[in-house]
Amino acid sequence: MNKLRIIYNGLVTENPTFVLLLGMCPTLGTTGSAITGLSMGLATSGVLVCSNAAISAIKNMVPDKVRIPAYIVVIATFVTLLQMFMQAYLPSLNESLGIFIPLIVVNCILLGRTEAYASRHSVIDSVFDGIGIGCGFTVALTLLGSIRELLGTGTVFGARIFPETYGSLVFVLAPGAFIALGFLIAIINHVRNRNKS
Amino acid sequence: MITYISIIITAIFVNNIVFAQFLGICPFLGVSKKLSSAAGMGAAVTFVMALATCVTWLLQKYVLDVFGLGYMQTILFILVIAALVQMLEIILKKIAPALYSALGVFLPLITTNCAVLGVAILVTQKGLSLGESLVYAVATALGFTLALVLFAGIRERLALTEVPSPMRGIPIALICAGLLAMAFMGFAGISVG
Repeated sequence: MNKLRIIYNGLVTENPTFVLLLGMCPTLGTTGSAITGLSMGLATSGVLVCSNAAISAIKNMVPDKVRIPAYIVVIATFVTLLQMFMQAYLPSLNESLGIFIPLIVVNCILLGRTEAYASRHSVIDSVFDGIGIGCGFTVALTLLGSIRELLGTGTVFGARIFPETYGSLVFVLAPGAFIALGFLIAIINHVRNRNKS
Repeated sequence: MITYISIIITAIFVNNIVFAQFLGICPFLGVSKKLSSAAGMGAAVTFVMALATCVTWLLQKYVLDVFGLGYMQTILFILVIAALVQMLEIILKKIAPALYSALGVFLPLITTNCAVLGVAILVTQKGLSLGESLVYAVATALGFTLALVLFAGIRERLALTEVPSPMRGIPIALICAGLLAMAFMGFAGISVG
């Protein structure tokens, strides 16, 4: 039951995108379509779960003063593994996510969670925290990607909802990313405020 | 010469790092509430980006490429940038205390600015020469500063306006950034040389 609460916390209470507002660069940069958003979310989640587990396991061995550089090296190692994996098995996806794959290493969600959670919880809890936050990030990216793809081209995951001529291309381009995310966060704020009162 | 001018125009306006490439969004949203701190952050990023790009370019060319260690790029670059920022902080504190007190608070934030690592990786991917890389890095940082200062100016005004409560703070800021990005799209298609 406790593990479920950790996942719920990552997915809803501390959703990295909508509540903590972390990791904005990939959120805006890789959500041109639902499928790229989903893949970026999964890639980041994979690295997050692995680095959370590894850092939680070594937390007592790392001197306090050098912990941040040590964490960065651990994260960068998993990012490099992911890069190699994607180059070997998913070259076209690797191409479309481009620079944002190596940049997972400077995603504040990763360093934030390893520092705030994994460095003071057990390995199992840290893995569940990674899964929860990872799911929250993936859901947010997929949602934003679906909205932008739908408004921009009339499809979601490539399935046509309305004819392409009705779509407005600006939502697939850069300005649409900012505007769609702004409205999405506003809607979520509104729902949260209403639930609170 | 014309290549340099083309790199500068492209990096500042056409392919602006914030509005077209979505890099450095965290400081863009975080340090844009006041004009003065936006300008300070811009200056610090320009300094670090130019230095980091030169150092990583040399490492890529004379260490990674020579020994066939291309896969170490991500780990090496992030460590070099982190070390560089630390060293810069110590050196500035000693040599230029005035500059340090102006840039000091922004320096530690730069390690996690993905624009710095992003530019270092982009110049190796584009295969630019050392001179071109330096110009590209400085121009990109100037584009970042331009975006940050413009946005800070807007947000200073925005703080005084009546905004519906769910839109307050980040949502309305993001929508303004979207409108700015739309304005920057007007530069698309400009090409020099």
